[in-house]
Amino acid sequence: MIEVRDLKKSFGSHSILDGVSFRIEKGESVVIIGRSGGGKSVLLKHLVGLLRPDSGEVLIDDEPIANMNERELLRVRSKFGMLFQSAALFDSMTVAENIAFPLRRHHKLSEKEIQEKVTEVLAMVDLPGTGNKKPSELSGGMRKRVGLARSIVYQPQIVLYDEPTTGLDPIMSDSIDQLIMRVSEKLNVTSVVVTHDMRSARRVGDRIIMLHGRKIYATGTPDEIFSSNDPVIRRFVDGVSDPKEDFF
Amino acid sequence: MNFLAGSKIGVWLQGLGQIALLAKEAFASLFGLRFNWRDVIYQIYFMGVKSQSVVLITGAFTGMVLGAQTYFQFHKVKMDTATLAVVSVSMCSELGPVLTGLMVAGRVGAAIAAELGTMRVTEQIDALRTLATHPVDYLVTPRLFAAHIILPLLTVEAIAVGIGAGYVVGVYLLGIDPTYSWYNMVKYTGAHDVFNGLIKSFIFGGIVALIGCYKGMFCGEGAEGVGRATTESVVYSSITILITNFFLTMSLGKILNSL
Repeated sequence: MIEVRDLKKSFGSHSILDGVSFRIEKGESVVIIGRSGGGKSVLLKHLVGLLRPDSGEVLIDDEPIANMNERELLRVRSKFGMLFQSAALFDSMTVAENIAFPLRRHHKLSEKEIQEKVTEVLAMVDLPGTGNKKPSELSGGMRKRVGLARSIVYQPQIVLYDEPTTGLDPIMSDSIDQLIMRVSEKLNVTSVVVTHDMRSARRVGDRIIMLHGRKIYATGTPDEIFSSNDPVIRRFVDGVSDPKEDFF
Repeated sequence: MNFLAGSKIGVWLQGLGQIALLAKEAFASLFGLRFNWRDVIYQIYFMGVKSQSVVLITGAFTGMVLGAQTYFQFHKVKMDTATLAVVSVSMCSELGPVLTGLMVAGRVGAAIAAELGTMRVTEQIDALRTLATHPVDYLVTPRLFAAHIILPLLTVEAIAVGIGAGYVVGVYLLGIDPTYSWYNMVKYTGAHDVFNGLIKSFIFGGIVALIGCYKGMFCGEGAEGVGRATTESVVYSSITILITNFFLTMSLGKILNSL
C-alpha cells in the first residue's frame, strides 16, 4: 500500500534522510520512532506529498507520487487523513465547520447528512456537543481529537499521525492512544504514527520502524524492539542519553 | 544560473518566478471554475463592505482638497468654473483608481498576507492540502476574483464621492457658479477617462490580491515571518500600483484617445 524506495532529502547542506526504504501493508499500524530532529515528520510529509524527495520514490497503491504535480496529488491525498502535531485546525471556523470542511468540498451530501456525520465523528472522539466551539476555546488534547475527527470523517484508507501525544499529560496521551487504536479497528485503516513517546509506540503499533543517523536503524514488532540489546535502541527505549554525545 | 543562487538578484528573480507561477495557477483555477462561489461572495463582502469607510473618506477629502487647490490657482486667471472639470478628470483617470488601490492595498492586502501567513506557519495550508484541497483554489482564486470585481466598484464610489465633495467645496464654500461648473465638467470629462480609471482599478485589484496571497503563502517562519510578509505585501503592492499606473496612463492614453 505504501512503499518508500531509497528516499533522500536535504535542506540546504543539511542531510535529513539518506536512503530510507520500507513498505507498509494495507491495514497495518506502523510507528516511526527516532530522536527529535531525526527526520520522522519529514518522512511522514513525504508519504502524503507535502514534501518532495531529492531522490528516491514514494509509491501509494503502487503509484509513484514523487513527480506528481499539486493537482495530480489531490487524487492521491483523498486516500489520506492526517493529524498534525499542532492539530492545524482552521481557526476561523468552528469545530463543526472544521470537521464538515472535507465533506462540503468533496462529497455531495445534504446539510442534514453532513450534520449527522459530524455528530457521529464527534461522539467517536469523545467530544459530543462541542461543535459550536472555536478551536481557541479548546485544550491541546481536545484540539488533537478534533483534528483526528476531521481527518477520519470522510473515511480515508490511510491515517497519518504526526506526534499525536506530544505536549499532552499522560492521561490525555492514553486517551489519544485509545482513540488511534479505536479508529484503526473500527474503520480498518492503515495507520502510520510518528512519535518519540515509547509507551504510545508500544500500544498502538503492529510494527515499529526506528530512524537513526538519517537511515532506518531497526524495524520489528514492539516486543522485538523493546527487548532488543542493541545499545542505540536500548538507550532510546530506556530514555538514557549517550555519555559520549556532546550537546554543548 | 547557479552563480545567482542566494544573491539578492537570485532571490528577486526567484520571487518573480514564484509569483508568476502563482498567477498562472490562480487564473487557471479561475477560468476552470475550480473555486467555490460562497468563498468569493464572502471575500467581496470582506473587501467591499468593510472598506467603505476608508474609501469614502479618501475619496471625499481628496476631492475636497483637489477642488480647493484647483480653485485657488484657477481663480488667479479667472477660470473658476473649470475647477470641477479638473477635479472630475483627475479623479476618474488618476486619483480615484490609484488612491483606492493604495488604500485597499493597505487594508485588504495586509489582511490577506497576515491571514495566509498565519495559516502557513500554523500548518493550516498543509492541512488543506492533506484534505485534498488545492490551496490556490480555496485561498487565492476567491480573493483574486473578488478583488478584480470589488476594486472597480470601490473606485467608482471614490470617484463619485470625490467629485461630489469637490462640487460642495467649490460651489458652497468658494462660491463658484454651479451651472457653468457642471457644464464644464460634463464637457471635458469623456467616457475614456472613466474607462481609464475602471481598467486601471481592475488591474490594481489583481496586483493587491496576488501580492498579498504570494507574500502570505511564501512567508518566513514564525511571528516575524508573518509580520514581514504583511509589511512587504503593503509596500510591494503600493510600489507596483504606482509603477504600473505610469505605464497604464501612457498606454491607455494612446489607446483610448485613438478610439
